[in-house]
Amino acid sequence: MTATAERRPATTIFRRPRSTTGFWGWVTTADHKKIGIMYGYAAFIFFLVGGLEALLLRIQLSSADNTFLTAAEYNAAFTMHGTTMVFLFIMPISAAFINYLLPLMIGARDVAFPRMNALSWWIFLFAGIFLYSVLVFSDPAAPAGVEGVSGNLDPADNTVLGGMPDGGWFGYQPNAGPFYSPGTAMDYWALGVQFLGLASLISSVNFIVTIFNMRALGMRLLRMPVFVWMSLVVALLLLFSLPIIAIALFMVTFDRQFGSLFFVAEAGGDPILWQHLFWLFGHPEVYILILPAMGIVSEVLPVFSKKPLFGYAAVVFAGAAIAFLGFGVWAHHMFASGISPVAQAAFGLSTMTIAVPTGVKIFNWMGTMWGGRLKFTTPMLFAIGFVAMFVIGGLSGVTHAVVPSDWQQTDTYYIVAHFHYVLFGGSVFGLFAGLYYWFPKMTGRLLNEKLGKLNFWTMFTGFNLTFAPMHWLGLQGMVRRTAYYPPEAGFDFWNLVATVGAFIIAAGVLIFMFNWWRSKKHGEPSGIDPWDARTVEWTTPNPTPEYNFGVAPTVTSLDDFWHKKYAEDSEGRPVRRPEAEETLTNLMETGINPPHPIHLPAPSYYPILLAAGIPLVGWGIIYHTSFVGKLLILVGVLVVASASFGWSMEPLEEPHDEHGDSEPSGDGYSSLEDDA
Amino acid sequence: MIWRHLGRLIRPLIRWGSLVALTVFGLAACSLVEIEDAPLTTFEPAGPFAERIDAVFWQVFWIAVVIFVVVEGGILLIVLLFRDREGRKDPRQIHGNNKLEITWTIIPALILTVIAVPTIQGVFDLTECGDNAMPVEIIGHQWWFEYRYPDHGIESASVLAMPIDREVCAYMTSADVLHNYWVPHLMGKRYLVPGQETTLRLQADEPAEYWGHCAEFCGLSHSLMRARVISMTQTDFDAWVADQQQYAVPPATESPAEAGLKVFQEQGCTQCHTVDYGPDYQGTNLVADEFFNGPNLTHFASRSVFAGAILPREGQSWSDGLREWLANPPKVKPGSFMPNLDLTHQEIEDLIAWLDTLK
Repeated sequence: MTATAERRPATTIFRRPRSTTGFWGWVTTADHKKIGIMYGYAAFIFFLVGGLEALLLRIQLSSADNTFLTAAEYNAAFTMHGTTMVFLFIMPISAAFINYLLPLMIGARDVAFPRMNALSWWIFLFAGIFLYSVLVFSDPAAPAGVEGVSGNLDPADNTVLGGMPDGGWFGYQPNAGPFYSPGTAMDYWALGVQFLGLASLISSVNFIVTIFNMRALGMRLLRMPVFVWMSLVVALLLLFSLPIIAIALFMVTFDRQFGSLFFVAEAGGDPILWQHLFWLFGHPEVYILILPAMGIVSEVLPVFSKKPLFGYAAVVFAGAAIAFLGFGVWAHHMFASGISPVAQAAFGLSTMTIAVPTGVKIFNWMGTMWGGRLKFTTPMLFAIGFVAMFVIGGLSGVTHAVVPSDWQQTDTYYIVAHFHYVLFGGSVFGLFAGLYYWFPKMTGRLLNEKLGKLNFWTMFTGFNLTFAPMHWLGLQGMVRRTAYYPPEAGFDFWNLVATVGAFIIAAGVLIFMFNWWRSKKHGEPSGIDPWDARTVEWTTPNPTPEYNFGVAPTVTSLDDFWHKKYAEDSEGRPVRRPEAEETLTNLMETGINPPHPIHLPAPSYYPILLAAGIPLVGWGIIYHTSFVGKLLILVGVLVVASASFGWSMEPLEEPHDEHGDSEPSGDGYSSLEDDA
Repeated sequence: MIWRHLGRLIRPLIRWGSLVALTVFGLAACSLVEIEDAPLTTFEPAGPFAERIDAVFWQVFWIAVVIFVVVEGGILLIVLLFRDREGRKDPRQIHGNNKLEITWTIIPALILTVIAVPTIQGVFDLTECGDNAMPVEIIGHQWWFEYRYPDHGIESASVLAMPIDREVCAYMTSADVLHNYWVPHLMGKRYLVPGQETTLRLQADEPAEYWGHCAEFCGLSHSLMRARVISMTQTDFDAWVADQQQYAVPPATESPAEAGLKVFQEQGCTQCHTVDYGPDYQGTNLVADEFFNGPNLTHFASRSVFAGAILPREGQSWSDGLREWLANPPKVKPGSFMPNLDLTHQEIEDLIAWLDTLK
């Protein structure tokens, strides 16, 4: 520590960023809270984009043989809807929650590698922009390196929207390969998803190290909030599953750009190999999308039931078991692909086993509420909605494990219904519960409860109207990813109902946005502990101070904050401690006026600079046969290399920083000195 | 005063009203099982394999319904019972119960074991073709299905003819991208994979016409890649085979049909399409290039539908369907490999006259 405090000669070309507010404050920040907020807003914008795409799809399907969209536009809209919602909404908004809350919940001042955290955020943002830049740059000609075969298109069907990636978010080969998807759109998809994966991979390492090394004094692993546990599980899932999709996407890019033939059957390649690789990533990905929401629900339910989480250890281990089993079930996405009966039986069985830990979680959540004193605040409504809807998604999930039955249902709207019950009724409801619950942490104000309840009931009704009929449509034979159905197929009525439902969901989202916008300025001030909460993140004032905690917290039990406020009487009922109010006042006081100076990670230009080089390389690869393409690769690589160099040379301390080394060690912050 | 009381009454009504509405809505959906006529429905199995799947589905469905009612009912009960009311005491702080944990781990595991039995039996019983099955080759193309009958030397498209009460073993592959063959009345789905062979068992009990659909996303016009299966008695099937084995009959001289044949030749249609007039035919032989691949048209007029089983549309005559198609194929089926040939009205009418001779 002494070494870093010494004055160093200026090794940097740029002056180091100083501002912690304003535009440059956000651009150069290494503060996990600011990064979390940026993640959240960006993800929400992409949620709106993906939602608009969904509305386009629903308008097209509202009647038989509708001509609202062309076939190309429809395919592009469902491809980008899936890609956006998975990679640009649910994953980053989960990252927003983890970023903002993880350090707070374990009593730390930041993540282990603050600049790396900024890096993954900027890579995510630039990758999202890169992916959607296809709207500007899309080119229907064959990609470099191969000759495509394309059928004939009526010139009127050649539109901008139809120029987006249209091979499905699953990118099945060879349809999404060079011969059958000529043009550059699927290259944007493959590289865009690749870069998004890179962002998540960097985050995952950061989160794992943070959880293992930066917990507050006394916070043993089994005293961590369930949300932290689920973040850990998700980070491990990301760490092990992303390399698989990274390799698979590289193979696609090589097939498309450089004429390798990994997935081309005529050359001995194997289209089914892509599916194995994709779902080996893709199924763990499903749990990556749901587990953060499960963590949120496990925090919200106890608070508004005024009871501890029922079976804490069981909930934690069930989450870990789901993640572990999640690596062994991928082929249930492929029961129709012609894999051997032995494989079908095995993957059917492994899929069924996942229902057991999932059931354990649901029963424990019900056990938490049982006998409680339930307060139906908006976060609680969303959390109960999550449990109720997830049960439906889980039950239809079990029917997929019944292989013969799945032969009928796979690739129909029954599947679409199933995974929207899991990802919308599940993940999205859980995430909304979290948004309402932790909004005060970010702003110091509460979201409006009346609007919140309106928000919940609109979304809940709209959601069920949209997706419940899809079970029925699927069983009636409506095939997925179809832009048209003939009038005599009998799908009209329920499709119209689903379309109406989709617009009701949209209304719910608008209510939420209005509530957010209004409450940010005019919401009721929350104070330090608006919900009578249980966990450490509420022991610091709202909005969270830049340094998180005035005094690094120490923890003596699970739900430590609760036990500081409540004792138990002889019947086991909570009794508020007489000193509780004083405790809160003290926390408020030390939170606002920390007794010691606090050292925070310095802002840096390098994360955004390094991240900016990556999409340049992406564009360069797509246009690598041209001079501009080669130049872009060169510039991109130089930017990445020079930013990495500058990053590694960046001194940890400001040369002029006169901070004292009075920080007690072991406060969850000292390991920042080993900053990446 | 009265308004406040009313409000207290109405608020829960609204709250639970939506739930009740949803339940009613769900029941309404169930009641439509019998009423609605959907040609692709999975609820009307018409052969032993589909019936077997249907039986497994309903076993699991009813188990799922029981679990659904118990769990959702439990949630509803909890919400009603433990709502925070005035005078309600703070709850006892219970952290868990190991016996309960074990119970709700074991019971679902047992239920799943019960479900696993018909699952695994079904997989092994339904996957491998029987020994006496009639082989048919199905080849997927963007965006139509080709059928070949190796035992009979027949090539056909869009419509699969099969005898009743006899298993058909489909040996399937794809000429381009992944496709997925699905005739819900007869069997579940199976991929058609380029470079690989997959098999699918089909069998029908009664003579009827069934709808099918490609179920795997296969590019631009995936939604327009449909299929028909016609099951017929063995006698009818034998007659059909005998018909299909005939060569096409050359059109009479000076007829519109002959003009149509000329258009067909001059427009280069034979690059992709074969019409087999047999070895004794005097004119230019109409055999498609190996590389290009369009439907074999030798018995085109014997099929009930064409163009990937999307034409003629409901209520449209055969000739009108052909008029729509020949005027601009990529408009009917975006991405179609048959280009818009800018045919004149007369050329189209001649072509239709000629195509009608291909019985």
